[in-house]
Amino acid sequence: MSSKNLWTRLIKGLLHNSDDDTANRYRILRRNIFILMILITIIPLTIMAVIYQHEYQSSIKKEIVIPLQTLTNKTKHTFELFFEERLSVIRFIAASYSFEELSDQKNLNRIFEALMDEYCCLVDLGLINKKGIQLSYSGPYEFLGKNYSKQSWFQEVIVKGNYISDVFMGYRQFPHVAIAVLRRIEGGRYLILRSTIDTSKFDDIIASMELDQESDAFLINRDGIIQTSSRFYGKVLDKYPVPFPRGNYGPIVVEETDPQNRKMLIAYAPLTTRSDYIMVLAKQRSALLKPWYTLRSKMLFAFAISVVTIILVVFKLTDTVVKRVKDADEKRELTYREFQHTHKLSSIGRLAAGVAHEINNPMAIINEKAGLMKDLVAYDNQFQKKEKFLGLIDSILKSVERCSAITHRLLGFARRMEVQLVELDLNELIQETLSFLDKEALYRNIELILHLTDNLPRISSDRGQMQQVFLNIINNAFAAVEDEGRITITSWEEDSDTVGVSIQDNGIGMSEEILKSIFDPFFSTKQENGTGLGLAITYGIAKKMGGDIKVKSKQGEGTIFTVYLPKKAKIGSGE
Amino acid sequence: MKNLKILLVDDEEEFVTTLAERLELRGLQARTALNGEDALHMIEAETPRIVILDVMMPGLGGFEVLRRIKAQHPQIPVILLTGRGSEKEGVKGMELGAFDYLMKPLNIEELIKKMQEAIKSQP
Repeated sequence: MSSKNLWTRLIKGLLHNSDDDTANRYRILRRNIFILMILITIIPLTIMAVIYQHEYQSSIKKEIVIPLQTLTNKTKHTFELFFEERLSVIRFIAASYSFEELSDQKNLNRIFEALMDEYCCLVDLGLINKKGIQLSYSGPYEFLGKNYSKQSWFQEVIVKGNYISDVFMGYRQFPHVAIAVLRRIEGGRYLILRSTIDTSKFDDIIASMELDQESDAFLINRDGIIQTSSRFYGKVLDKYPVPFPRGNYGPIVVEETDPQNRKMLIAYAPLTTRSDYIMVLAKQRSALLKPWYTLRSKMLFAFAISVVTIILVVFKLTDTVVKRVKDADEKRELTYREFQHTHKLSSIGRLAAGVAHEINNPMAIINEKAGLMKDLVAYDNQFQKKEKFLGLIDSILKSVERCSAITHRLLGFARRMEVQLVELDLNELIQETLSFLDKEALYRNIELILHLTDNLPRISSDRGQMQQVFLNIINNAFAAVEDEGRITITSWEEDSDTVGVSIQDNGIGMSEEILKSIFDPFFSTKQENGTGLGLAITYGIAKKMGGDIKVKSKQGEGTIFTVYLPKKAKIGSGE
Repeated sequence: MKNLKILLVDDEEEFVTTLAERLELRGLQARTALNGEDALHMIEAETPRIVILDVMMPGLGGFEVLRRIKAQHPQIPVILLTGRGSEKEGVKGMELGAFDYLMKPLNIEELIKKMQEAIKSQP
């Protein structure tokens, strides 16, 4: 079976069920159309909505991630610059002054004062010698003579030349950062300059990011200790509670759920300035995705509205369609029944007329014989039981008269079924007749092929009787073919006076013997289903209209009925 | 009316012979023909005074016989016999030149009356 065929069957199966329970049939038809229409409308809509959501979600994520990275990176640079600036000025002082000048307390005070004017946030400045002893100190604390040689930063600055500490709480419980630089002097000697920075400037840098309520920016060190106060995750020196990526990397953005169970987008950017600091920028995902959520809810709303509208429209539409189908079916059913009724009446009429005509002749004979008897008796004066016989004969004649009245009435009834000539388009009539049978054709998958000649001349004939002719023959063709059989109907102009219509089927065909009798009354091959009158009547009508019917048939191959009809019916006695 | 030569044409032999006998009992001369062809031959051989003709006959139908009689011998009156309920045919016959029509089964008195009328109407 070809795929086209398969489709047709599928659709047919969906729209028609062979179950003939009428109420049920329309219910199922309604349900099937409804499901079909809902599927073909809602599935594409849903697919579109899903694709759109996916695309939009990924694009909006990009739109969120990139600014986040940029801002983090920018702030990171500001921090780097801040540290770099302070380191370089300390480095500059270390390079510009000699050990002796720096170890002089007065000198150092003067330098520190000048330094404070130019650079903010420096808390103190001190010189430390090779042994880790504070030789001079300018600042608010009493650090003079303090020995740093055991502290880890001292070792680090000797190795690396630079040092920036983690944030620590100074003596006054303010967070501080210490920076130190080392300068080598000739003869293997060196000097170390150490300064403390007040981290209040850090907050200014972070404030310059102009973050909203749902955002948080701060520094942590590589051990996860918070270096500047955080809005979400605690004070300075608290442990940062969210897992973060280790190692060296450019600014990256990760999604994390924090201990407060908020979904966060967090950007990390490690500072490159000889330090262990990582710039952290955390934003609540819900805030970032607000436009997305707004759009999504709008879309969901639009989707829901669409679906509801579709369902309502489809429901209404299905209802209308099914009602129309039902109306059309009922109308056709009614027409067919009316037609059947007329058919029956006209069959009875024709039968009655036949009977009346046939009975007339014997009646006439009885009438004459009885009349003669009466004459003979009447003229014979010697006849003994004359009165008795005349009475009997009169009663016979009266009965004959009664029979005549009956036949008269029968013929009167038959006359009402008489021919009414109208102009007919045979092609139209054939199609009309087929409409009675197209349902059966559909159920049984019978292929109907019409070769109806265009511009077929109109004929003058009786519509009802012509319909009967074609319905009878086509009905027979339907009975003859198997399911999925083929019936071909062809019309043509035979000659200037006649049109022809052939009805060909590829059914079981007929034997020669059957073929001889098919137009005889009461001959039927349909056993209990047939009256044996159908084709006899059909033939009678065709003849009556001045036409003819020819049949050719071969067993197992099919049958072809050809009906010839005059353009102008010549009404004859027919039978 | 006596010795009036009548030709009865009907394919029902029983009918036509009985009718002839009855007419003869009434002193009329009735010959019979069982089909159209015979009837036409008999008319040629001996022209009857009046023809009683059945419409429904196999072969040459009543109307055709009527047409030929009227063509050859327009002076011969023809009374048609039709079946009951076939008034239309009678009317059609009168259009073709029949004097009148009667429906079978017949009333013989009526037939005789019609024949008298037909002969009277002859010039």
